[in-house]
Amino acid sequence: MDMINLKIDGLDVSVSKGTTILEAAKELKIDIPTLCYIKKLNEVGSCRVCVVEIEGKRGLQPACVTNVSEGMVVSTANKTVRETRKNILELILANHNRECLSCPRNLKCELQKLCNEAGVDNVYYEKKALRSPVSASLSIVRDPGKCVLCGRCISVCANVQNVGVIDFAYRGPQTAVTTPYEQNLSENSCINCGQCIEICPVGALQEKDDTDKVWSAIDNPGLHVVVQVAPAVRVALGEEFGMPVGSNVEGKMVSALKRLGFDKVFDTDFSADLTIMEEGTELLDRINNGGKLPLITSCSPGWIKFCEHNYQDFLDNLSSCKSPQQMFGAVAKSYYAKRADIDPAKIFVVSVMPCTAKKFEAVRDEMQVNGYREVDAVITTRELAKMIKLSGMDFTKLPDGTFDGILGESTGAAVIFGATGGVMEAALRTVADILTGKDLQDIDYKEVRGLEGTREATVEINGMEIKLAIVNGTGNAAKLLDKIRAGEANYHFIEVMACRGGCINGGGQPIILDKSKTEEVRQRRAEGLYGIDRSKEIRKSHQNPEIKELYADFFEKPGSHKVHEHLHTHYVKR
Amino acid sequence: MEDIKILSARFGKIKPDSVEEYINAGGYEGLKKAVTMQQEEIIEEMKKSNLYGRGGAAYPTGIKWEQAYAVKKDPKYLVCNADEGEPGTFKDKRILAEDPLLLIEGMTIGAYIMGAKEGYIYIRGEYSAIQRIVKSAIENAKKAGYLGTNILGKGFDFDLHVVSGAGAYVCGENTALVESLEGKQGRPRQKPPYVKNCGLFQMPTILNNVETYSCIPCIVNVGGERYSSFGTEFSGGTKLLCLSGNVVNRGVYEIPYGLTIREIIYNLGGGVKDGKKLKFVHLGGSSGSCLPESLLDTRICYDDLKKNGLSLGSGAVLVVDDSNCVVDYLKAVMEFFEEESCGKCTPCREGNQRLLELLEKLSQGRGTLADIEKMKSIAQTMKMTSFCGLGQSAPTALVTLLKYFENEFIEHTAGKCANGKCSMNSKGVN
Ligand SMILES: Cc1cc2nc3c(=O)[nH]c(=O)nc-3n(C[C@H](O)[C@H](O)[C@H](O)COP(=O)(O)O)c2cc1C
Ligand code: SF4
Ligand code: SF4
Ligand code: SF4
Ligand code: SF4
Repeated sequence: MDMINLKIDGLDVSVSKGTTILEAAKELKIDIPTLCYIKKLNEVGSCRVCVVEIEGKRGLQPACVTNVSEGMVVSTANKTVRETRKNILELILANHNRECLSCPRNLKCELQKLCNEAGVDNVYYEKKALRSPVSASLSIVRDPGKCVLCGRCISVCANVQNVGVIDFAYRGPQTAVTTPYEQNLSENSCINCGQCIEICPVGALQEKDDTDKVWSAIDNPGLHVVVQVAPAVRVALGEEFGMPVGSNVEGKMVSALKRLGFDKVFDTDFSADLTIMEEGTELLDRINNGGKLPLITSCSPGWIKFCEHNYQDFLDNLSSCKSPQQMFGAVAKSYYAKRADIDPAKIFVVSVMPCTAKKFEAVRDEMQVNGYREVDAVITTRELAKMIKLSGMDFTKLPDGTFDGILGESTGAAVIFGATGGVMEAALRTVADILTGKDLQDIDYKEVRGLEGTREATVEINGMEIKLAIVNGTGNAAKLLDKIRAGEANYHFIEVMACRGGCINGGGQPIILDKSKTEEVRQRRAEGLYGIDRSKEIRKSHQNPEIKELYADFFEKPGSHKVHEHLHTHYVKR
Repeated sequence: MEDIKILSARFGKIKPDSVEEYINAGGYEGLKKAVTMQQEEIIEEMKKSNLYGRGGAAYPTGIKWEQAYAVKKDPKYLVCNADEGEPGTFKDKRILAEDPLLLIEGMTIGAYIMGAKEGYIYIRGEYSAIQRIVKSAIENAKKAGYLGTNILGKGFDFDLHVVSGAGAYVCGENTALVESLEGKQGRPRQKPPYVKNCGLFQMPTILNNVETYSCIPCIVNVGGERYSSFGTEFSGGTKLLCLSGNVVNRGVYEIPYGLTIREIIYNLGGGVKDGKKLKFVHLGGSSGSCLPESLLDTRICYDDLKKNGLSLGSGAVLVVDDSNCVVDYLKAVMEFFEEESCGKCTPCREGNQRLLELLEKLSQGRGTLADIEKMKSIAQTMKMTSFCGLGQSAPTALVTLLKYFENEFIEHTAGKCANGKCSMNSKGVN
């Protein structure tokens, strides 16, 4: 490989051709500050925070998009660079609604950190930002007054998610990131995935806060408030309290929820097991009876909306199963209401989700059982952390609690739902037992694990060959479906998660301050889930005793008429 | 000095879209000669001609074409920058309206050299009537066999399209123009890669100003050396200047390089209007520098201007008389840049707003000496770090006026506007 020799801040370094100054400096453990830059995703060189001086070059150059050349002499922090960088940050701040104390991004804000480190102590100017006011959809809140116009959200939305509903508009002081015709995100093909929130360096994007709804339900003595928590929440919530990434805080989380005043603390893992019972049955039924294939999973509401907008010819391929969140709500307001002898009208179901799209899913017309909304309020991992902080608990010191019964038992198969490939693996564990009629012991389907955006595998069970694909990120899903449309690929079963990495990286998860660590954080959160799976005694959904009881008492068997009334749904063209 | 008219010779004398009248007045001689020459030969003549780009950046055209010619990638495109958005600039308009076939001939020679089959003329949206003239000239050239298929029976094809500009000043910046041509938002691209290597639809692209292309037929016709001799040693040929502001005879003048700014204003322009005194000249449009009386004897040629920290830009010569106030004048300039910044990069988007804010403070008598220092600092940051030429040059007028008229700024901090242009309302003056 062609190596290039250069000097950065007086130190010699040799890097391969095509390396940027930013990357070359990293080799020397020099961190040139950046704001708009995200490696391979948003390399636009527009914020100018990373400018450096190159000997013999006029002006300063952006380190993030300038390639090294032989003999180059670079200064990353001399007087000119320091003063210029400070000027640039001050210019950004001058047009920024500075209200850190009440900002949802406080302490997880890249701009705040940059200004702090660059010593921007005083903003010289008087005039304030004149950008359009806050706008909120069911899932996403945009605050243009805090937008630094880095374009990261635009890149994620267009290039990772293939949605592309936001872009730059206007020029001069009016420059803004907005939607076509200034639509609210609820009115267009936004899939509510919240990946834009995760990538935003500042507080210009955040989830629609629904904690007030939850507080008032808890405060209402006439309501029986139950909460369910999705698998991916327990391996990320700890980050909000300074715990190591990937820590399993299930026990503390349950205690915290009980202290917050929920009447019952249940587990979405329970309904994830239920989903596997139904979806596994559906898969075998479609394979054996000439049904529509490939069967595509339906537990990611961002993905469902994406499909409803863009791949309507695949709507019949979607599993008719509701997602675990909705199955939980449906069971809570029917079976649980009956068993606990509570009027379903008095039951208020809250979900804690790693996902902003779940807020939208919960209010879809279809998501009702016997005329009741299945889920009444959805909060994200971040919002739960906020509630815990507000109530003054010392989270890291809480004792371990356990989930409440009849909707609280779960298996290792359920918890891995939170990582890409998890639903697939959970389904295989059950399908394999059904097909072989055995209690198989070799149940780690390593071939479907991993964080790559698209993975394929073929498994053979009892002579039946099942072709599988796993994709995460709707952009990857689009590519795969395009191939299927073109007749270049075919499968029996496809798992799709709207977010890269699956729910562990959902739009409601704790913000990763250092975006260059995103990949590593995903990895560790996923490891957290697989660790829980390994530690579980029961690791197959069909062996969950509460699930068995549910079928025996209420639903009869997977795929029954009653099941269809409660747990299955249909999709609409949008 | 001989009165040489290369670009303006036919202005007002022929029906602009008539190929016949164009030819009768000496047109198409360049193309006819070009198709008998080797491509490299023509480029050699261009290099000898000392032709520098007339759009503002003054890049040597021969070298640009040589580099683009060397790129082995097809198809290549030819693009003409007729966005003419620089305030005080209205010269391309004259060529387009009064002798569009000269431009078309120049581009056709370019196509012959590059082997380009397709070219675009990106014309400022406001010039809609002129767009029609150019379109008609293109049609007529095709009918006459000077454009389209099998040009002059030499077996090469070239078609031209007129595209209406998107109405933003920044679309005149070459990469933003290419983006706009591709139907995207007119925002500049990261360079490198340069347009000549990777331009329209990621293909090698020759992009030049209207006036630049219009010089080519003459260069081919009379030879590079002869063309160059019309100007100075280092700046070949003639230039269209746009004289405007407080001057008696405003208009477009074709001058050989080497005249002084004083000669232009007083001999051609008839001096300052209404018997007033000259305060400064804003050279090259809003993005250009302002020079005081003491520099009027500078010759119009790239080297001499450069030595004095000036540049010719698009060729706008705006005369400002001494009834004007520098702060008030700059406010108008900065308002323009504030609105025209495409908003992509921080220094330009935010810097222009802040410079304007500080100028407004000065004009209200609330400014301080610290504000003046802050302006210098922002201007420096903008110049050094802006993404494209717009932000880099936006503070030029401010920087040069501060250099030559700093006292007047300081007076404003004391609540005084000698010309009575600033309201100074916060201190109750006026
Ligand atoms: C903000 C900005 C606006 C510009 N506007 C024009 C324009 O209107 N016309 C033009 O020919 N060049 C304009 N330019 C210069 C072009 O980028 C480019 O250098 C020129 O068109 C190249 O042609 P030339 O070499 O023939 O001058 C502009 C540059 C900048 C930075
Ligand atoms: S986005 Fe960052 S800098 Fe802005 S108010 Fe919020 S925390 Fe403060
Ligand atoms: S939520 Fe997802 S689809 Fe909607 S704007 Fe953000 S990234 Fe795009
Ligand atoms: S909303 Fe956030 S990510 Fe999007 S451009 Fe603004 S600051 Fe950047
Ligand atoms: S300097 Fe920056 S903001 Fe200004 S026009 Fe160029 S790219 Fe746009």
